[in-house]
Amino acid sequence: MSAIAKESLLEVCAADTHTLEDYDAERPRWCKGCGDHGVLAALQRVLRKNNVEPENAVAVSGIGCSSRLPHYLNTYGFHGIHGRALPIATGVRLSRPELPVIAIMGDGDCFSIGGNHWLHAIRYNINAVVLVLDNEVYALTKMQASPTTPDGWKTNTTPRGTYLHPLNPLSAVMGMTNVSFLAQTATWLPAHLDETIEKAWDHHGLSFVRILQRCPVFMPTAFGEGGVHFPVVFLEHEDGIPIHPSLLNRGPAQPHDHRNINEAQRVAVTVDPAPMGLLYQNPEVPAYEEIRWQRKAKPDYETFLQRLDAAMDNYTVS
Amino acid sequence: MTRPRRISLPEHTVEIVSDAGEGAQKAAIAFAQLCAKAGNGLWTVEIIPSEIRPPPHTTGSASGNRIRLAERSQVTNAGNLANVVLAFNEMALLSRLQAESLADDVLVLIDDQWATHENENYRVSYRDVVEQFRARGSTILEIPLQRETLRHVEDAQQGKNMFAVGLLCALYSKDVLVLQEVIRKIFKGKSKQVVDLAVKLAGAGYEYGLANLEQCFEINAVPTDVPKVAMNGNTALALGAIAAGFELCSMYPITPATSASHALSDLFEDFGGFVHQAEDEIAAIGVALGASYAGKTALTITSGPGMALKAEFQGLAVMTETPLVIVDVQRGGPSTGLPTKIEQSDLLHALYGAPGDAPKVVLAPSTIEECYYILSVARKIAEEFRMLVIVLSDANLATGQQLFDRPNVFATPPRSQLDLSPVPTNALPYAWDPTTGLSERLIPGQPGGMGVTTSLNHDRDGKACYDAERNKRGHAMRSRKLAALQQTLQRPRVHGAPEGELLLVGWGSTRGAIEEAVDMARGAGHSVSSVHLQFLSPLPPGLKDIFTKFRRVITVELNYSDDPQAPLITEENRRYGQLAWVLRAATLLDIDCFANVPGRPYMPVEILDEAKRILATMDTKSPAQRLTAVEGVS
Ligand SMILES: Cc1ncc(C[n+]2csc(CCOP(=O)(O)OP(=O)(O)O)c2C)c(N)n1
Ligand code: SF4
Ligand SMILES: [Mg+2]
Repeated sequence: MSAIAKESLLEVCAADTHTLEDYDAERPRWCKGCGDHGVLAALQRVLRKNNVEPENAVAVSGIGCSSRLPHYLNTYGFHGIHGRALPIATGVRLSRPELPVIAIMGDGDCFSIGGNHWLHAIRYNINAVVLVLDNEVYALTKMQASPTTPDGWKTNTTPRGTYLHPLNPLSAVMGMTNVSFLAQTATWLPAHLDETIEKAWDHHGLSFVRILQRCPVFMPTAFGEGGVHFPVVFLEHEDGIPIHPSLLNRGPAQPHDHRNINEAQRVAVTVDPAPMGLLYQNPEVPAYEEIRWQRKAKPDYETFLQRLDAAMDNYTVS
Repeated sequence: MTRPRRISLPEHTVEIVSDAGEGAQKAAIAFAQLCAKAGNGLWTVEIIPSEIRPPPHTTGSASGNRIRLAERSQVTNAGNLANVVLAFNEMALLSRLQAESLADDVLVLIDDQWATHENENYRVSYRDVVEQFRARGSTILEIPLQRETLRHVEDAQQGKNMFAVGLLCALYSKDVLVLQEVIRKIFKGKSKQVVDLAVKLAGAGYEYGLANLEQCFEINAVPTDVPKVAMNGNTALALGAIAAGFELCSMYPITPATSASHALSDLFEDFGGFVHQAEDEIAAIGVALGASYAGKTALTITSGPGMALKAEFQGLAVMTETPLVIVDVQRGGPSTGLPTKIEQSDLLHALYGAPGDAPKVVLAPSTIEECYYILSVARKIAEEFRMLVIVLSDANLATGQQLFDRPNVFATPPRSQLDLSPVPTNALPYAWDPTTGLSERLIPGQPGGMGVTTSLNHDRDGKACYDAERNKRGHAMRSRKLAALQQTLQRPRVHGAPEGELLLVGWGSTRGAIEEAVDMARGAGHSVSSVHLQFLSPLPPGLKDIFTKFRRVITVELNYSDDPQAPLITEENRRYGQLAWVLRAATLLDIDCFANVPGRPYMPVEILDEAKRILATMDTKSPAQRLTAVEGVS
């Protein structure tokens, strides 16, 4: 992030106590030009902007290049196993609902090996920011096809081109009961990325964000040479994700009501041009952990013992 | 009216079976509670059809209970061949013969409606089965169960079971008023009409018994002032999870573990906890691990197939030193296997199922009472040692009911509070004590403790690293904790004499049957003892010393081993029971096994017979020589 941008941010948030450096951990080891760097920076900015105490946030990830992110973020982090970030994130939210949780996954991580958890997490609608860094390839394991690898693309497991049409994660998400937030953005649109993550942070419920992510090493020509020739359309709404005028060089804007599920489902199935922005938001969907916490009692020690005693009575025979 | 002649006995085993849905289960529950109230010790085993709606009047449809009741207040196992069976039809009766569950001279009480039934097939099969039993030496009492019940209700399906339990009440010289009180309690919540009818039918069954039985049994109870509870092992686990202070149990339904989650779901919210039913077993352990990582040790409950799915997460718990408890209520395997039946086949999976070197604690309760206490132990170890603890229960404990001393719930300690006090910046997430490998963990929310917890190899600072030295250190420290725990364990107690000819070694729910077999053997003058292992990892100290005081050591386990006499089986390729593998490796002693997969608990007499068989083979060999280490490797 440029020094000037940092300065201006500091000015806006003069009252806040944390600096961006407070969220820096070790130096990122992603390749130069990797889109993951931008996602880290955007996350740090949103934490800074919300003045989150670093000890109170938990970043959970799976395995993949993208899942290294918690190593580079100075909060609590859990770098788990491939495909399983969402159950772990759910466990954190269920036991400590006071801690904000960010889940970070790759496309293979979330859509393939973690597919079952993905669909169910949307239905649980835990209150968490869920980011999929979708480079349309398995990068860490060196270029195998992922569910979102483009048609006919040659990878190490599809040397003669892929066999199937890529999965459309947006339409899958919009098909799930209880979906409460869906947005799409890209790492080559940093201002849009920032705004999207901020919107996701502010949402109450599971904010699912698919981030189209550049991988210059294994997918240098993907996304139309890294976004240069990639057809997009920006979804426009006064409560949506702000569209900076410079973005309009990349594609047109189109009015979209993200509160209308039918409209969101219609937009979600279109892939060309790729819809960018807030597809859907419904802040009324209850969060699973809150349902569970509301329904459980909070007995003091005395009451706890009395209840255990009463439970034991049911089995007492003499 | 002449009253039946009374025969006093120290104990008896009775089975009650009907078609699924005819209520033998309810009758058995009422009968068991009646006996418990009278102070009899007891153990019950559910007889469950494997299918939800099996075709009626078939052996596959038999449903009910086995109840072992005794004068003494402690009954530790399901007992031997049953002395009495009450069957609603001849196919249910036949199923118990096929299960090898009945004594030859068993007293059979059977509904006589089938003798004159309009369906000829039933008449023929009834006669055949009854004849078969007579030929074996059984006494047959044909009871007009259907006819007598129909005098009080229009549909005998809805009441035969209550008539039957009244009859049993007379057969065992119990107090019918107490029975009626028990029935009122069991039917609590049903309409007055239903309750009154049930009570009336039980009374009618009782009167019928008094008027028609020639003899009845009396199993006096030894009176005690100690309050007792009767429950099954899964309920004990559920109550034990609450007492242990857990707040989250995350699970996916699987027989025979599910009923533990049912019992817990019923209660947990009132205690400030909840059961999360996850989308699969992988998610179930993942959610539990996430909760544990966040500072509140959680629990996941499953059975064999679910254990397989949890293997990768087990490795993660070990690598990140996140406290976590898994309960595996074992069933018959491999694959879907025998879902409702007992086996002890997950020991090696529990020990070694997670890929990579993944040291963990493995415990096994040996009684239903222990099912209540074991989760407190498991949780304490998980937290103090930052380890994964696997608790191996089984289908026998899960569904059997045992009478035991009512736990003093007021001794339950308060739930531990999260300590979120700040730590110095750069506090190490794995400040391993170089001797014990123990360290204090950092919990999200603790200022100063920020950092990533990773599944990658890491050193004391928690950061990923790949060099040999730090990889070796990580492994050694995670493993060392097991040694540290082992040093705190007690040498197991030997049941019987501390030295002799034959030592039986068991683990899990077979304890009661093994110790009873040892008592019988010793009573008959045989030199047999036993030792029971509650800790399977780490193994307790002193095993080799204990074993070498005997000439032969064999494990008694409900899992598969090759029969040495079977075709192609040689000393070189023979596969042993699972504990035998572990103990052979740990002690370098030539430990053999009595390991089999009958899909039901061992009866004490089977173990006794096996012990006698082994002793007989030993007598032919040269005199007293203690078990020594395997040649050349000691
Ligand atoms: C259970 C399991 N299977 C396979 C792997 C190997 N693996 C590691 S990362 C990965 C795919 C990574 O792709 P993606 O999730 O898209 O993340 P990216 O590296 O592209 O950011 C695979 C297959 C693993 N670590 N664990
Ligand atoms: S391989 Fe691709 S995804 Fe991985 S760090 Fe490099 S650029 Fe990023
Ligand atoms: Mg990828």
